Amino acid sequence: MNIWLFLISCVLTNNFIFSKFLGCCPFLGVSSKVETAASMGIAVTFVMTLASLFAYMVNAWILVPLHLEYMQTIAFILVIASLVQFVEMFLKKSMPAIYSALGIYLPLITTNCAVLGVATLNVTNQYNMLYSVLNGTFSALGFLLAIVLMAGVRERLESSKIPACMKGFPISLVSAGLMAIAFMGFSGLV
Amino acid sequence: MSNEKRGLGRIFMNGVLTENPTFRLVLGTCPTLAVTTSAINGLGMGAAATFVLLGSNMAISALRKVIPDKVRIPAFIVIICTFVTIIQLLMQAFLPSLYESLGIFIPLIVVNCIILARAEAFASKNPVLDSAVDGLGMGAGFTLALTLIGSIRELVGNGSIFGISLLGASYQPMLLIILPAGGFLVFGSLLGIINAIGNKRKKGAKA
Repeated sequence: MNIWLFLISCVLTNNFIFSKFLGCCPFLGVSSKVETAASMGIAVTFVMTLASLFAYMVNAWILVPLHLEYMQTIAFILVIASLVQFVEMFLKKSMPAIYSALGIYLPLITTNCAVLGVATLNVTNQYNMLYSVLNGTFSALGFLLAIVLMAGVRERLESSKIPACMKGFPISLVSAGLMAIAFMGFSGLV
Repeated sequence: MSNEKRGLGRIFMNGVLTENPTFRLVLGTCPTLAVTTSAINGLGMGAAATFVLLGSNMAISALRKVIPDKVRIPAFIVIICTFVTIIQLLMQAFLPSLYESLGIFIPLIVVNCIILARAEAFASKNPVLDSAVDGLGMGAGFTLALTLIGSIRELVGNGSIFGISLLGASYQPMLLIILPAGGFLVFGSLLGIINAIGNKRKKGAKA
């Protein structure tokens, strides 16, 4: 598949949030301000790219030759958890500015289902190494786009008059639904 | 004895109603939105998650004095992952069609925040029996919520519940509700309705 087509399909038509429902927890939890949403998105992009690469290597070079495919979930979650820990330590030592900007969002990424989801999807779709990494990066960019858009909407919602029972999660979910309808319009692109 | 029984009953109902993981705590939203395209999928996902919750809560609570505090999160994740792999293999063998339709969301039970949250908040501090009941209660609450959302989406989007056609052939299904966008809309509206009922009750209690 053409790389540009692949980019468009990952970011717009098969957006992780709006068509696959992966990563909804941070999408709803950390989308009250545009700035924090953007840092979360960037942190996820970083980890998802690396996680795709490492999960591919673990799967293709260790699990498949040993016929241990049923260990995939355990292996992937351990890879992701240690990767997040490692990235955290590395950033703390060498790039303290980025580390303090990402703050508590880094450890949270371990339990972000988008990361484990992309690793599992790469295996089920039988992508090669390049496409696994690209799938990780592009899908994460889609996540970044979605969470920043959502944060923009929620900042506006803060100051608008909403019935008491719809405040917070309910109205966010309904606006996410409306955004998902808009994203359905992209489905003819690829 | 009766006192103890009431305690266990309260723990169970806490998971089903007071702290319903889906409607009250809003945890585990990804599977809630993704697999509820039909009632049977919701029920299947709920049952799988309940199995994992029960198993992991019991194992973690039995091991709570052995696991060092510093590495507890990785240890919890490995325990949860073991039970997820068990249910994944079981479903693949005995319920292949359900396994196909739930797809990637079976392995993703590992990162379902409800399970880790219960491990951290309840199982790591309470004895085995209480933790088992808590797991069952939370699982029942989750299953109930998923089946409810699944039934609504299937009824509006397909005119049926559990595959049984209810609205007749003349009903024009509203396909949007089964598509991803519908998941957000239905879940959001349900949360709003439940909040409205909750607010009304609170007002009633005050007056």
